[in-house]
Amino acid sequence: MRSDRSNTAPLGLKMAAAGGLLFLHLPLLLIFLYAFTTEEKSYQFPPPGLTLKWFAVTWDRPDVWQALSLSVRVASISTVIALALGTLCAAAVSQTRFFGRETISLLVILPIALPGIITGIALRSAFSLADIPFSFWTIVLGHATFCIVVVYNNAVARFRRVSGSLMEASMDLGANGFQTFRYIILPNIGTALLAGGMLAFALSFDEVIVTTFTGGQQSTLPIWMLQELIRPRQRPVTNVVAMVVVIVTFLPILAAYYLTRDGDQIAGAGK
Amino acid sequence: MSAIVEQRSILPDRGSLTSRVSDFLWKHPYVLLTILLAPPLLWLGIIYLGSLFALLLQSFFSIDDYSGLINYEFTLATYRQLLNEANFDIIVRTVSMAAIVTLVSAVIAFPIAYYAARYARGKWKVFFYLGVMLPLWSSYLVKIYAWKLILAKEGILTWLLTKLNLLWLLDAWLSLPVIGGNSLSVSYTGTFIVFVYVWMPFMILPIQAALERVPTNLIEASSDLGATPQQTFRHVLFPLALPGIVAGSIFTFSLTLGDYIIPQIIGSSRLFIGQAVYAQQGTAGNIPLAAAFTVVPIVIMGLYLWGARRMGAFDAL
Repeated sequence: MRSDRSNTAPLGLKMAAAGGLLFLHLPLLLIFLYAFTTEEKSYQFPPPGLTLKWFAVTWDRPDVWQALSLSVRVASISTVIALALGTLCAAAVSQTRFFGRETISLLVILPIALPGIITGIALRSAFSLADIPFSFWTIVLGHATFCIVVVYNNAVARFRRVSGSLMEASMDLGANGFQTFRYIILPNIGTALLAGGMLAFALSFDEVIVTTFTGGQQSTLPIWMLQELIRPRQRPVTNVVAMVVVIVTFLPILAAYYLTRDGDQIAGAGK
Repeated sequence: MSAIVEQRSILPDRGSLTSRVSDFLWKHPYVLLTILLAPPLLWLGIIYLGSLFALLLQSFFSIDDYSGLINYEFTLATYRQLLNEANFDIIVRTVSMAAIVTLVSAVIAFPIAYYAARYARGKWKVFFYLGVMLPLWSSYLVKIYAWKLILAKEGILTWLLTKLNLLWLLDAWLSLPVIGGNSLSVSYTGTFIVFVYVWMPFMILPIQAALERVPTNLIEASSDLGATPQQTFRHVLFPLALPGIVAGSIFTFSLTLGDYIIPQIIGSSRLFIGQAVYAQQGTAGNIPLAAAFTVVPIVIMGLYLWGARRMGAFDAL
């Protein structure tokens, strides 16, 4: 009797779990509804009417396009830098044992373990001490720093599963280190790097706290949204942008999941 | 047979540059290690730690009250300012908010994690995983914006409560001192709800990872020995899940501690640490005090991480 019970969850647990998931998802669904509302001045619910008009209005807004293009460029370059640095670090930490390995993991994690505002203000005061003017590259500098950890985590998890004997076998068969890297290591860690890269892209694309400190006058898409949140100018446009951002960030997350699902996941899911 | 004996066991040097480099690195693993580690360590060391160090250094300077310029002499006066009533209030307010947010997040996250770890199989497992990952990774500002829509006076929450004839409940809640206010979107309650919403997903995965490591037969053994489900939870399940909860709380606590955007958009005018830092470095131009303020979360998180490590939370990450 007891063992039967362990296969189905008690009703209370089911309801609590379902309630928790609903709490997480309903607010996001609301964003989709508001993108179609005809109401311009307030956040009235239920919407007085539905329209597609605001999609056209948003499409014609140059400030939205500029912010989007800056965000995409920053995220792409930060991702490339993070991929290079994160992979190197992961390779060093997982392939060899040396003094201070733990410290290096800590150092990589630190930029996201400490609150973003600390990273932001530290970079800002360093830029002003060094007389570096704010530019595209100061944003990239900040973003790449906290994106390294995402790539690193994915790569370390995968390196752990790639058996060392594979590399030894490759060497025994006469391949040199570079060939082993090209033909054995890279195909094995490729999907993990792709997943890490996508998550890094999503992280950078969405980042706002550090960017407010390192961005100067330029707006990335999140900065644009933040300004609209503090001083709304045209609420329906913000609604549409919010919906597009939700859709755009879902895609890399889903892709990253399908790329890594056969192995150990990004964070401790699966046994 | 004899052909094999004559074969040399070590292949001749092929002489190309890449293989010579490769051989060299194989024989000198520390050179390889240095090459691998140098770029990331230089990047993080110079850009990140360098800036952090420069910031901390500035907290030992002070600002001249008359000229508004930074006085570059070592002093602890700036730290003493943190203990001013107004500043100390900000610290207490932020830390208590972070603690309550962490506690409530754990309560909401636990059933989700438990169900996902123990009952969800196959398709449902994927459903739960993505169900947690998608909100966790979706845009931070959009999540706050969604709550601005919900908590607005003309928004869905008021509408729902009116339909249910429960609006008096909301009004009664808002008339309470401290946690109340004119409307939910300018009250501590609103700030609190949004903090929980935004940071709670970070709690689920570590708890789930800890729970998945609990063998099912432990729970069966506990009930075979006559424990009620409550007793099993208290004496078996909860202690084993605790490292996961602590690991998750590192995120919820730290992220709440440093946030300055959520209380700025949804909340009362009373400041949190993040807002104080932002105001001090921006409009007030008092970098030393801003730097001293950032030391508070660093010290608190340092102590927190030290405690978490002792509880074995890092194994659950």
